[in-house]
Amino acid sequence: MGSNPTPSARFTRPSWACVRFHPWKVVPYLALTGLWHETSPMAIDTPGNGVFSEGRAKLSARTLRTDKWWLTPFVTFVVLFSFIVYATFRAFENGKYFAQPLISPFYSPCLSTDCVKDSPSFVGTIFGTYHIFGMTVSPSLFILIFPLAFRLTCYYYRKAYYRSFWMSPPACAVAEPHAKYTGETRAPLILQNGHRYAFYAGLVLNVFLSIDAIGAFRNEKGQWGHMSIGTLVLLANATFLWLYSLSCHTCRHTIGGRLRNFSKHPVRYKLWTWVSVLNHKHQNFAWISLFGVALADLYVRQVSGHSIRNLYFF
Amino acid sequence: MARTLKLRIWRGNDEDGALQDVTVEGNNGEVVLDIIHRVQATQMGDLAVRWNCKAGKCGSCSMEINGKPRLACMTQISAYGDDEVITITPLRAFPVIKDLVTDVSFNYKKALEVRAYEHPVDLKPGEARMEQVDVERSQEFRKCIECFLCQDTCHVIRDHEENKKSFAGPRFFIRIAELDMHPLDTLRNRKQTAQSEHGLGMCNITKCCTEVCPEHIRITDNAIIPMKERVVDVKYDPLRWLGSVIRKRDGIL
Repeated sequence: MGSNPTPSARFTRPSWACVRFHPWKVVPYLALTGLWHETSPMAIDTPGNGVFSEGRAKLSARTLRTDKWWLTPFVTFVVLFSFIVYATFRAFENGKYFAQPLISPFYSPCLSTDCVKDSPSFVGTIFGTYHIFGMTVSPSLFILIFPLAFRLTCYYYRKAYYRSFWMSPPACAVAEPHAKYTGETRAPLILQNGHRYAFYAGLVLNVFLSIDAIGAFRNEKGQWGHMSIGTLVLLANATFLWLYSLSCHTCRHTIGGRLRNFSKHPVRYKLWTWVSVLNHKHQNFAWISLFGVALADLYVRQVSGHSIRNLYFF
Repeated sequence: MARTLKLRIWRGNDEDGALQDVTVEGNNGEVVLDIIHRVQATQMGDLAVRWNCKAGKCGSCSMEINGKPRLACMTQISAYGDDEVITITPLRAFPVIKDLVTDVSFNYKKALEVRAYEHPVDLKPGEARMEQVDVERSQEFRKCIECFLCQDTCHVIRDHEENKKSFAGPRFFIRIAELDMHPLDTLRNRKQTAQSEHGLGMCNITKCCTEVCPEHIRITDNAIIPMKERVVDVKYDPLRWLGSVIRKRDGIL
């Protein structure tokens, strides 16, 4: 029987210790057990539907998976939720978004008279300064709706949040807690079909953020030919956002995916193969660019608030 | 024999059934199907299991091993620890016939609903010519062995029995994509029917089909999402619609 110790040779736990306690499992446990214990009042699944339907193998467990299937949706939930909290705070903060020559990606292009006119991608005061109930509307709100729409309708993020926020399904072969499901056939989810328009808007914003990155080759007095940590931060941010946009499934479709005969369009076919390579990494670019944009904003905020100094290489 | 395996095998029929504990000898290097055959030979003579090629190419031995939809012939027992209990159940999206054998006829009904390839009327047999770059995308989908693991894991039908009538499932979305990308197929309404008849809009692209595919077909990225984008071209994009009206063509270049 090989060198494996027999079970009796091992320490056996007393019978009352039937549940091992893992502190790191407490939060997902609270979030998920309610939904996964059939007897729980939180389980809203109709009995007799799904894996418990008539005729299917009689099993009481909602899933028999033994791996940590809840870990990925849990981490995804925590990270995305943290980003939403930070982005909301920054969008409404309406300050600390500019420190010559750096502008935060959350406030670029700036479309309000509130904006600092020295910012590289300043395009004028299209919207003027709006006030609602005596409060100034943050110029960030005018532009953040576009990247928000792009990420919200993104084919990768859809997978991420349908699984982690909506648990539809939480993981593969884990029964979801919903009694009914209509997918993306009705409002509001039918709007996911407008992803391409969010993609076009995202491309326009990428152009502005690239101008900002080039504008960051200046010093605090606005003279060209200088480079700082901030330049690298904005350059990296713009690069990751371009990679995220260009690896998008809609981009792949637009550039050549919709063609029936590649042989009649050799240039678009070549471009399609390049975008396909990027598309393979779309998930990675989605996360890297999300962190990138948050960290770039945080960096500009700290420099603008004089918490850190923007170190110049030359 | 190198190790002792603890198994829990589901036994029963469409009316009742339960998991039964079995202990059986096994060698690393063997696959779960080998172990099931040993159980069948030594302890459960009437254990029903569907199998054929034992090489991951016939798609018969689909079942759920520790809750994951897998081919039993492609699942090495060395992947499981000595203390681990291996739970083996039939596919949980389809009605069970006996033990590990399920009734997958749902998939054959759905297969009939997909309109077949339509050859150009002016091309006689032997005259058709296609370039490799034009058929490459469709060829990926021809790797499908019809094990129906993607159909089994898809939550649209696994978790909602009532959706079976209106949803074809990932296996048939790759079939529709294969034909829609085919350079010679002349049937032009595949995009519209994908949405209206086969339930493409029900898919919320959570990619479980891709995760379980033993042929590693990138079902979601290469078939379902391109089909969703093609549907947008003809159904939801006002600019594409306007372009097709002006240029009098159906949105296909």
